[in-house]
Amino acid sequence: MDWQGQKLSEQLMQILLLAFAVVAFATGYVLGSFQTMLLIYAAGVVITTLITVPNWPFFNRNPLKWLDPSEAEKHPKPQISSNSSSKKKTSKK
Amino acid sequence: MHSFGYRANALLTFAVTLLALICAMSSLSDNLNSPSPSSHVKVLNINWFQKSTQGNDEVSMTMNISANLQSLFTWNTKQVFVFLAAEYETPKNSLNQVSLWDGIIPSKEHAKFWIHTTNKYRFTDQGSNLQGKEFNLTLHWHVMPKTGKMFADKIVMSGFSLPVEYR
Repeated sequence: MDWQGQKLSEQLMQILLLAFAVVAFATGYVLGSFQTMLLIYAAGVVITTLITVPNWPFFNRNPLKWLDPSEAEKHPKPQISSNSSSKKKTSKK
Repeated sequence: MHSFGYRANALLTFAVTLLALICAMSSLSDNLNSPSPSSHVKVLNINWFQKSTQGNDEVSMTMNISANLQSLFTWNTKQVFVFLAAEYETPKNSLNQVSLWDGIIPSKEHAKFWIHTTNKYRFTDQGSNLQGKEFNLTLHWHVMPKTGKMFADKIVMSGFSLPVEYR
């Protein structure tokens, strides 16, 4: 799953669950049935799970474009300088 | 959200949070209900009234209990527990409560009832104060919800009295 897909799946999950919760509560309250509310919400959780948890193809529409390995060879890492203060920074990276 | 496990975990956490929220809202929705229950008790007969060997007054009586508690039921009500208590004042205690009868109402259909019964539990005083005693019969109830807050209330019915002589 790419970055855009992760954002999409999280937003979808939150919106779908919230919508199902609202629908379930409203239906349960209007029909006066607690069981109906729980059943609708449970169904909503299952549907949301099926939509947002598996790695569906539509979450992979924006793949990251990695640089070609040969490109990296053309730009070698900067040399470690003799300056002690900048030594830590460079050694970390 | 990069892996199956993370997404499942996030979904489950959010789903349970929302479930708690809708349960809390169901409990709050009970406050919108303003019940108007009614009850009536008739003491048909004092079967016997005597002093036990321990010196405590004890009464057996036949009652006719009728009540309509249907308005207590909402969509979030599991059951209603009702009990009828005799309440009276003695020199030692300002309030004595003796449970005489109780019952569990499982549904709205059973909430309008009528029962002819003797006291299910012993009507015994802690002492010998019951001769000629004025007492109230109070119908208490506890509404047990499916989720959330329990409600309790009562109807006091006054004007009952016990005979002056043992029988």
